[in-house]
Amino acid sequence: MTALDQAPAGGAVPAHENNNQKPLGHGRMLRKEDPRFIRGLGRYCDDVQLPGMLHLAILRSPVAHARIVSIDTSPALAHPKVKAVVTGADLAAQGLAWMPTLSNDVQSVLATDKVRFQGQEVAFVVAQDRYTARDALELIDVEYDILEPVVDVRKALAPDAPVIRTDLDGKTDNHCFDWETGDAAATEAVFARADVVVKQEIVYPRVHPAPMETCGSVADYDRVDGKLTLWSTSQAPHAHRTLYALVAGLPEHKIRVISPDLGGGFGGKVPIYPGYVCSIVASIVTGKPVKWMEDRSENLTSTGFARDYVMQGEIAASKEGKILAIRTNVLADHGAFNGVAAPVKYPAGFFGVFTGSYDLEAAYCHMTAVYTNKAPGGVAYACSFRITEAVYLVERIVDCLAFELKMDPAQLRLKNFIRPEQFPYLTRTGWTYDSGNYEPALRLAMRLAGYDELRAEQAQKRSRGELMGIGVSFFTEAVGAGPRKDMDILGLGMADGCELRVHPTGKAVVRLSVQSQGQGHETTFAQIVAEEIGIPPEDIDVVHGDTDNTPFGLGTYGSRSTPVSGAAAALVARKVRDKARIIASGMLEVSVADLQWDKGSFSVKGDPGQSVTIQAIAMRAHGAGDLPEGLEGGLEAQICYNPENLTYPFGAYICVVDIDPGTAVVKVRRFIAVDDCGTRINPMIIEGQVHGGLTDGVGMALMEMIAFDEEGNCLGGSLMDYLIPTALEVPDWETGFTVTPSPHHPIGAKGVGESATVGSPPAVVNAVVDALKPFGLRHADMPLTPSRVWNAVQGHPTPPI
Amino acid sequence: MQVSMTVNGEPVAEEIEGRLLLVHFLRDQLRLTGTHWGCDTSNCGTCVVWLDGEPVKSCTVLAAMAGGKQVRTVEGLETDGVLDPIQQGFMECHGLQCGFCTPGMLMTARALLDRTPNPSEHQIREAISGQICRCTGYATIVRSVQWASENRIAEREAEREAERAATRTTDREPEVAS
Repeated sequence: MTALDQAPAGGAVPAHENNNQKPLGHGRMLRKEDPRFIRGLGRYCDDVQLPGMLHLAILRSPVAHARIVSIDTSPALAHPKVKAVVTGADLAAQGLAWMPTLSNDVQSVLATDKVRFQGQEVAFVVAQDRYTARDALELIDVEYDILEPVVDVRKALAPDAPVIRTDLDGKTDNHCFDWETGDAAATEAVFARADVVVKQEIVYPRVHPAPMETCGSVADYDRVDGKLTLWSTSQAPHAHRTLYALVAGLPEHKIRVISPDLGGGFGGKVPIYPGYVCSIVASIVTGKPVKWMEDRSENLTSTGFARDYVMQGEIAASKEGKILAIRTNVLADHGAFNGVAAPVKYPAGFFGVFTGSYDLEAAYCHMTAVYTNKAPGGVAYACSFRITEAVYLVERIVDCLAFELKMDPAQLRLKNFIRPEQFPYLTRTGWTYDSGNYEPALRLAMRLAGYDELRAEQAQKRSRGELMGIGVSFFTEAVGAGPRKDMDILGLGMADGCELRVHPTGKAVVRLSVQSQGQGHETTFAQIVAEEIGIPPEDIDVVHGDTDNTPFGLGTYGSRSTPVSGAAAALVARKVRDKARIIASGMLEVSVADLQWDKGSFSVKGDPGQSVTIQAIAMRAHGAGDLPEGLEGGLEAQICYNPENLTYPFGAYICVVDIDPGTAVVKVRRFIAVDDCGTRINPMIIEGQVHGGLTDGVGMALMEMIAFDEEGNCLGGSLMDYLIPTALEVPDWETGFTVTPSPHHPIGAKGVGESATVGSPPAVVNAVVDALKPFGLRHADMPLTPSRVWNAVQGHPTPPI
Repeated sequence: MQVSMTVNGEPVAEEIEGRLLLVHFLRDQLRLTGTHWGCDTSNCGTCVVWLDGEPVKSCTVLAAMAGGKQVRTVEGLETDGVLDPIQQGFMECHGLQCGFCTPGMLMTARALLDRTPNPSEHQIREAISGQICRCTGYATIVRSVQWASENRIAEREAEREAERAATRTTDREPEVAS
């Protein structure tokens, strides 16, 4: 089933119309969480202040690679307001100096032998107040024996490269892992007979999610009952709790992880960082609550980075423009520890979807991942498990092909799309795309953009020497990880629980295992439940982010909340509705089969006057009267949802840029985004998710990069150096949508949180490269800052890393 | 040292360290946690408050420098249980997601509207360009400010209408009396 909807003329959603129709279910509805945020009454981690609370600060390595010769903490300990100073050696004595990463590697909590990246945790101080803790860091004296750093990913495997991971038994090089997907021989055969083969090296530089709220925690260990309460900036509170139990040996029922309001996450708050562990240790050691909040520089230099792939892209096609195969060889920089958060079977995340939205004959990827002296990470920044990299590769290489064939990039894509009747579609790398109808989405984007008129304008401008570019991208994402048979993180299956209780007066509480970072779960999930059970969203309380009060599940990342937890919410509501139906049959004295459901009440078929509301049923379920034979009282249910497949949202993006030939400044004039995320629950929230992702895309394409100098010093360690788009760098977004529901999701929803971050970078880069076509340019590497564009025009489009 | 100031209309006198930043004074000492701290370099603007009516980044102002001045924070926008139009606008137009940048955005936007009641889109973008939002992509923030602008006009017109009505009533009073 495919319904084609479209945005109003011009694509913009009217701002002030129909803003809150108070839908009894899906529809545009104002957010339930906003009243506290607009009053400054959000409850973020750094807002937690407990009686007697101490403050923790971390001493970090000033260099990228060095042996620790000695650490003298005595002057710090002598400070009257300092309560504790802890080093790696102290942790090692307790067996806590190392912890597992989400990829089954290990990472230092505090360095014991060597420091392996600038900003690595070396020691921590606990003091009476925030400022003293920082002061005392200056009193710790560390002697380093500086070692040569590995900075250039291309030289990491050189025979004479210094070995970073000397902690691993028998490690003699910086190799992390090799991985491949697809069929090498079949792909080679297709390439051998293809009319046209285009090769291009494509670099996706290291970037950082940089949420406005940095990471932090407040640990409160009660030594009498042995219970630890940890407020922390966590996108996955349940997974974190289990890992703390496994790593630190604390009994799981004695750990309560509370993830309060999060000031953005974008994947950066999925891993467990050493700082969280340090705050736990500090609370146990001091017997007091301990707060750790990193500053911006710590956030940018030490927490989960994103991307950092050097991709050799190859595409084979017929001379008529039929794409036959795509092949890539990837060199992946994983930093000093492999901290990628991805399902165990997928060391490169879901990069396997690099075949894109096209019907290919063959595909193959080989990847080599290496260690370098840089911060660990790798999941972060709204990438849907490396799909951002995959989509950038395919959408850039397809544009390179269009360049060589002298074809219009939109027409080339239209010619090669997987056709609607081919779904479910098994790709050459083994992914089963659930549903899709690609051509209408791209046609709608072209219509909203006025594509032909834009090309005409471009031709005119080119004749006058002006630089205008039009970039097209089309993406298919794989989100909603994931089926238990295929996916786990450190042995934890990626299912999500959900519990729904309807109170006697017909109000309800739904408890989720996922955690919002701004996506509006308190609204969306109330709407999902309301749609199924007919209780208004304002009467449904959504509880999340507290392991003591919610069922187990793996958290919010990879756009998985709606596809997995949203399915759980819909199904648990249906389970409650099934029980309500039985109670209604007793109340109306008819058989269950004679009842019909009208979103909020059951009535007798053929006699609509005979009905009972869900609220009346709730009272009966808890009341004194008889219930149908064999039925327990109460009206509640709990489930654990295991998705049978991922969902595959898609979209068509068109970007229009103008480049100042004098300064090489790129101005994004227009951006048209048509998204298809299946069933749309709250269009206002969806639009917001898309807008945010588009801004990320402009940032990565034009501004953002975590670079390093030859010594391994991080050059993006503050917001003065790591540039994030402001309101002046981005246009007023133009959005549209189509609706192709997921066939296996209970309500057909697919997830949209990361779509725009995934789809927009290639649209922007394609637009810039298109603008520079008069210079014969086929490719230039991100971020396309004025200096890079200038260099590209001068014939140097791919700077060294 | 001792510092005295007025915060959201209330007089405040506290003992502080001379180096204490205004943002930490508000958050940690006065427990007004609506003002946030997001960077160390005055780039992000989550810490914007008003100092004698001027928006400032409170991470770059010492608490001591606010001595004797009027400070207004996001907690002071709502008056007598009535939301400021800018707060209402952000709710109506989805001008926030995670909410972390919101207090700073609200303070800057409200200051803009006080000086420029009907700002153009570009004026709005320029006004908030010293602040970063990582969630919304800014378009809905622009719409939120426009909503507040339009509704403040409506508000003022309603006030004027009420005044005119009151005047008419006053005019008629002598007739009633006679």
